[in-house]
Amino acid sequence: MMSDAIVIPKKVWQRRDRKTQFAVWLAWLFGTAVFVYCFQLISERTIWAFVLDAPAQAVDLGSRMVPPAWGYIHYLWRPIWDTLNIATLGTIISIVIAVPIAYCAARNTTPSVAFVRPVALFIIVASRSINSLIWALMLVTIVGPGVFAGIIAIGLRSIGFVAKLLYEAIEEIDESQVEAVRATGASPAQTTVYGIVPQVMPAFAGITVFRWDINIRESTVLGLVGAGGIGLELNAAITQLYWTQVSLMLLVIIATVILSEWVSAKVRHAII
Amino acid sequence: MLRIKGLTKRYRTGDLALKGIDIDVPDGQVMALIGPSGAGKSTVIRCINRLVEPTSGTITLNDTEIVALSSGNLRRMRRRMGMIFQEYALVERLSVMENVLSGRLGYVGFWQSWARKFPQSDIDEAFRLLARVGLDHMADKRADELSGGQRQRVGICRALIQNPELLLVDEPTASLDPKTSRQIMRLIKELCGERKLAAIINIHDVMLAQMFAERIVGLKLGEIVYDGPPDKLTPAVLTEIYGEEDWASTIRKADDDAEPVDEVAPATPSIERDRLAGLT
Repeated sequence: MMSDAIVIPKKVWQRRDRKTQFAVWLAWLFGTAVFVYCFQLISERTIWAFVLDAPAQAVDLGSRMVPPAWGYIHYLWRPIWDTLNIATLGTIISIVIAVPIAYCAARNTTPSVAFVRPVALFIIVASRSINSLIWALMLVTIVGPGVFAGIIAIGLRSIGFVAKLLYEAIEEIDESQVEAVRATGASPAQTTVYGIVPQVMPAFAGITVFRWDINIRESTVLGLVGAGGIGLELNAAITQLYWTQVSLMLLVIIATVILSEWVSAKVRHAII
Repeated sequence: MLRIKGLTKRYRTGDLALKGIDIDVPDGQVMALIGPSGAGKSTVIRCINRLVEPTSGTITLNDTEIVALSSGNLRRMRRRMGMIFQEYALVERLSVMENVLSGRLGYVGFWQSWARKFPQSDIDEAFRLLARVGLDHMADKRADELSGGQRQRVGICRALIQNPELLLVDEPTASLDPKTSRQIMRLIKELCGERKLAAIINIHDVMLAQMFAERIVGLKLGEIVYDGPPDKLTPAVLTEIYGEEDWASTIRKADDDAEPVDEVAPATPSIERDRLAGLT
C-alpha cells in the first residue's frame, strides 16, 4: 500500500565524474604516445645486431671469468684493507666537520638565520652536488694519487650528506624538552647537551653507519681514477683483460659490502 | 611574593594574548589559573620565567624585577622558579635520575654536567625527592619507560630539586586519566604545603581547580574576569569565563569534597605510597 507507493530514487555513485574520467583517459593516451615515439627514436640510433648478439657476448665473458683466480687473493688483502680505511677515515673526517655545520644549518639551533644558516646550507649543497669520483679526480691532481686523495674525497662528499640528515633530525626534535631544560636556568651549552643531544643521538648513529656503509661501496671505485684501494687493482685487471682476476675482485667487493651492511644493521639495531 | 603589574603580551602575529594583567601571589599560596583555550594561561606562566618575552609590564619575585634582567641574570632567576609541564617534557632518552638532576643545571658548570658529576648533596636530594614521590627504585630507568603519572612525578622532582621560591605549573593533568590527575594535583598541593611554596597552576579542569587550589583566577581573552576563593565560583562566574553552558553539575558541592580514596589515604600511608609508586 503506502510502502509500494513510495519509491526512493537510487543515488548514483561513481569514483570520478565524466569530466575527470575523460581527463584521466587523455593522460594515459598522451603517456602512451610519448613512450612509443621515444622508443622509435632510440631504436633508430641502436645497432640491433649488437643487441641481439648481447646474450652470446655475456655468456662468452662469463665463461672467461670462471673459475675466479683464487690464488690471486693474496694480492687483494692490502687493497681491500685500504678501501676499508678510505671509507672509515673519510666518514670520521666528514662527521667532525658535518656536526657543527648541521648545528648552524638547523633552524632551531643556528646562531643566525640570516647569515650563518645560508652559508651552512651552501656548504651542504656544494658537498652533495659533486660526486666522490669527481672529488677524487680533482684531489689526485692536487695531492697526488693514493689513499690520501681517496680519504679526502670520501670525506668531502659525505659532509653534505651527514650534515643534511643531521640538521633535519635537529629540526624535528621535541622543543618542549629543550624548553624544560632551559627553564631550570641551564646555560645554552648545557641546554644543548641535555635537551638536544639525547634526542638526536639515535638519528646521528643511524646516519653515521649508513654513510659508512655507502662510503665502502663508493671507495671501491675510487681506484679507477687513482685514489687508492681495490679499484686500482680492478682497473688494472680489466685493462689487461685478466677476467678471472676481475671476477675474484667482484666477489671480494660483494663480501665486503655484505659485511658492512651486517655491521651497520647491528649498530642501528643496538642504538634504536 | 610574586607581583605581576600590567603584563601585556602581543605575539608577532599581532594577537594580543594578555591585556594588562595584575596578579599578586603571596608566599605559600596555591593559585589556579582557569579559562578557555587561548585565554592566555600558558602565556602568563611563560612570561614569568621569560620562555616568552613580555611586551610590557613588570614582574617581580621577592623584589627582583624579572622583565629587565640580562640573560646571565635571567638564568640565575630561572633557578629560583620550578616549572612543571603539560606533556611532562622530560628528556625521553635520559634516565629518571638525569632528568631530576637536570633541575640543578643552573648550579653546576658545563663540564661537570657533561660528565654527570653532580655534587653528592644534589644526588642525595634527588634520591630523597624520588623517594617522596615513590619512584626511588626507578632512578636508572629511562624516562620513556614510565607511565604518564610516573613521568609527571619525575617532572615534579625536577622542579623541586631547584629548591624554588615559586612553582609554575602548566596543565599538569591534561594528559592524565582522572584518578592520576587527582593524585598529581594532591601531590603538588602537599609538596607546596610542606615547603611553604607558592604555585601558579594552569588548569582547564574546573573541578580539580576547586578541589586543590586556595584561590582561583579566571582568565578570558587575556583579561582577568574572576579572582577569588574556589567556593565563590558560581554558574554565573563560569558563564562569564567560559560562556553559556549548564554549570550546575560542574560546581563542587560542599558535602562531596573528598572522594573515598582521600579518606583512606592518611590512615594508611603505605597504601598511599604504593599507589604513588606507579601502579597507575
